[in-house]
Amino acid sequence: MENVIQQILNGISLGSIYALIALGYTMVYGILRLINFAHGDIYMMGAFLGYFALGLWNFSFPIGLLFAMGGAAVLGIIIERFAYRPLRLAPRISLLITAIGVSFLLENLMVLWVGASPRPFPQKIPLQIYFIGDIVVTNRQIIIVLVSITLMFLLQFIVLKTKVGKAMRAVSFDKETALMMGIDIDKVISLTFAIGSSLAAAAGVLVGLYFNKIDPYMGVMPGLKAFVAAVLGGIGIIPGAMLGGFILGIAEVLVSAFISSTVRDAVAFVILILILLIRPSGILGKYMREKV
Amino acid sequence: MQRFLKVMLLLGIIFSLLIFPLQAAGTIKIGAIFPITGPIATFGISSANGVKMAFEEVNAKGGVLGSKIELILEDDQYKAEEVANAAKKLIERDKVVAILGEVASSMSLVLAPICQASKVVMITPTSTNPRVTLVGDYIFRACFIDDFQGTVMANFVYKTLKLKTSAILVAVTSDYSKGLAQFYKEAYTKLGGKIVVEESYSEGDSDFRAQLTKIKAAKPEFVYLPGYYSDIGPILLQARELGITVPFGGGDGWDSPKLLETAGKAAEGCYFSNHYSPESKDLKVQTFVKNYKKKFGETPDALAALSYDAAMLLVEAIKRAGSSESSKIRDALVSFTKDKPFRGVTGSIYFDQNRNPIKSAVIIEIKGGKQVYKATVKP
Amino acid sequence: MKRNYLLLILIIIFLVYLGRLARGLNPYFYQILVFWGINSILAMSLNLINGFAGQFSIGHAGFMAVGGYFSSALSVYHGERFISLLNFLPLNIAQIVVFFVFLLLGGLFSAILGLIVGIPTLRLKGDYLAIATLGFGEIVRVTILNLDIVGGPRGFPGIPQRTDLSWVIFWFIICLLVIRNIIFSSHGRAIISIREDEIASETMGINTTFYKVLAFIIGAFFAGIAGGLFAHYLMMLHPSSFTFFRSVEILLMIVLGGMGSITGSILGAFILTVLPEALRGFTYLRLVIYSIILIGIMLLRPQGIMGGKEFSPLIIKKIYARVKENENTRSK
Repeated sequence: MENVIQQILNGISLGSIYALIALGYTMVYGILRLINFAHGDIYMMGAFLGYFALGLWNFSFPIGLLFAMGGAAVLGIIIERFAYRPLRLAPRISLLITAIGVSFLLENLMVLWVGASPRPFPQKIPLQIYFIGDIVVTNRQIIIVLVSITLMFLLQFIVLKTKVGKAMRAVSFDKETALMMGIDIDKVISLTFAIGSSLAAAAGVLVGLYFNKIDPYMGVMPGLKAFVAAVLGGIGIIPGAMLGGFILGIAEVLVSAFISSTVRDAVAFVILILILLIRPSGILGKYMREKV
Repeated sequence: MQRFLKVMLLLGIIFSLLIFPLQAAGTIKIGAIFPITGPIATFGISSANGVKMAFEEVNAKGGVLGSKIELILEDDQYKAEEVANAAKKLIERDKVVAILGEVASSMSLVLAPICQASKVVMITPTSTNPRVTLVGDYIFRACFIDDFQGTVMANFVYKTLKLKTSAILVAVTSDYSKGLAQFYKEAYTKLGGKIVVEESYSEGDSDFRAQLTKIKAAKPEFVYLPGYYSDIGPILLQARELGITVPFGGGDGWDSPKLLETAGKAAEGCYFSNHYSPESKDLKVQTFVKNYKKKFGETPDALAALSYDAAMLLVEAIKRAGSSESSKIRDALVSFTKDKPFRGVTGSIYFDQNRNPIKSAVIIEIKGGKQVYKATVKP
Repeated sequence: MKRNYLLLILIIIFLVYLGRLARGLNPYFYQILVFWGINSILAMSLNLINGFAGQFSIGHAGFMAVGGYFSSALSVYHGERFISLLNFLPLNIAQIVVFFVFLLLGGLFSAILGLIVGIPTLRLKGDYLAIATLGFGEIVRVTILNLDIVGGPRGFPGIPQRTDLSWVIFWFIICLLVIRNIIFSSHGRAIISIREDEIASETMGINTTFYKVLAFIIGAFFAGIAGGLFAHYLMMLHPSSFTFFRSVEILLMIVLGGMGSITGSILGAFILTVLPEALRGFTYLRLVIYSIILIGIMLLRPQGIMGGKEFSPLIIKKIYARVKENENTRSK
């Protein structure tokens, strides 16, 4: 029994990382209908920005985290401006290919720049281990879960309660009408990329702290799985991304614990296909009937 | 239509680039194929570094047989079709006399038949699967095969450390890891030890808590973890966080400064088998480690050392053969014997009838944040 | 009609014979031609699903893997037995027959899987379908990783080398003809109408599910064949050849060449086969340049090089006519 609880705890901390990345995916998809394949690599860039800030320039952890989030936000804006904006009217598949191209580019540039070997992450927050009976919880696990839940609420607040958030929702709903209402679409989309990217960067820094290993290819698999998490919860819905992330994390850990760790990577996709078949719009999604 | 013509012109240029080789006269051309991008790029880059350094040293001393060595390095992205393309390009367009590569056994199994068919010598620095050299008489390797390292560690754990129960955590995506685990298990159970639990992970994973929680529940006295350093660091850290205090152990995949950097204190008291100890008094080892540090800014790992040796072995064979013809190099390679072996950084090498090297291993303990020599095991 | 078929068969025999003659080529060059052919089959078959039927699939590597592994497993475990069954034939002809049958079985197995996967998932639309097919591709890969009978993560060595350029040309032509004939038949019009407007075509009485699944199955079949050709050329299969990136690569070929253009697919396959080879000289920079070129092409020509048009010998006639016309107007 303790074993099961321990595994679920492991799953929750893994899931909150997926959730953080999934939030950015969901926002960008909600507004542009673009599967931003470069998102996983922005998460990687965030981890490296954190690495430089904490390791080379010796910032304290909260400032390093903010620095990484800010840097990734700028990167997100640049990518959107130069790679995605010119294609806004092009076929959607070209946009998707461009996103994949950007993803390749970021990975390979980083391999060229920092090398491919994994690096240890600066351990700014000393590890503390708490025992509850036989169950082990570390302070880092608690930090990860708390930070991601806080960021989710912050995001939910921005989207639902602020003027910017209202503009985002308007653009997501209908671009042309939003334009006619005097909303600067370009600005709103830039902002969406900035927020999404900074969340990914936060996930990157937390992962660095948690696993103590970062490398240029670290974003590939988590990127894909986070997207699965976003679809699972209902894409475009913020609490959905969070829920999807947790479900995925727990399912993966339980499967590798009680079935086999080799089928772990398939779990995400099996769940995905099942959910899509039963509820195509995701767990929290509303089904939209197609109109003629 | 003009645009169409432009595209066609561009394609024509690209294709003609392919057909006409760039010639440099008076050099001995040697090819190398490593995964310097893609999921195992970190191993590919280390290996490429070792080879590059070896040839630079040789060229600085005036080359071999009076001509310089030209290294043509190809990337294969860890994909079978890329290995095939790179090999054909090196052999047919660049006309190399020998090929060094690949890192992974599965990719070497694509490379070996191509080299064998064209009768070009191939030396793989790190592919441990016995099948690789069985492809033909032009295929050699510079590393141990799996059974030796697995058995050495099993003996050490059971006899020297006197630990009677052990767990195994294996990287299922790696030939090397699976092979080592298999032979460890066989030797260990034969000695009377008991494997209490076997778990697996995929290379490049970052969360191992699920498997480690299960290992913890089985309460082994020792955990055999034959993977590569890029995964070992996080595994050790997470194991200690979960409260597993028993020693871990592995093979030469552990040998990298990265391991100590990522694992830190978590690696204390662990053991692994290796080719040499960096604190060895051997002059060859000392200069190699010093030069590598100077050139690349880090301590070499086992992959770099083995690739360096594979390259030097090739140069030595060319010297012995007195010719850069592939068949003569092959003959020179098999002419190394126990009394007149090739002396490299990773030990003295000569080949058995299946072109596998015969050399001894050392056991290393991680103590005080350093690799400390523990014992030598002869084959 | 009959004469047409005869002519066709003669042309096929001629081209396949050309493949035999090509053995004298530089082996590196020869190999690139083989990969171009295989990639063209993959691209054309995906184009039927994505470009013509308008169904967004990014799991093509999964079908390729299934066909490749299935036919290779047959060759490795049953090849010798079947060849000895045909001992009344000369050895090389027996090998050809057995290889042909195994390839076909690989393709059929892949097509059946296409049917099983297609029926439920093709209800999904757009990006959801894309993600579901992506998931399918990953599930195939992880399944192979766990199948010890085909080597799992250690790869599957020991496949006999049977594929040569003649085989590739043969299947290339078959694939080209089948897809071309479908597109220009009434079935093809039905398939294209789904791309243009699914609801409208449904109200016109077209069984959209049937045609979507049909396109999917044919695509899967040829991907399976391509996988078999690939395996029997390399003599070794490894799951790393069938990752998500492989699917993306095939998708790139058709987007680069132009969605809904068969000749575009072949051109796209050419670019993506040759470009990485042409960039080999750059070693460390290779993939950086590759990705920059990719983004560049997409930004400059988002509809792909052929942009849905076909290239045929007729175009040369048209160019000639236009040049003439220009000359005429100038002289006036």
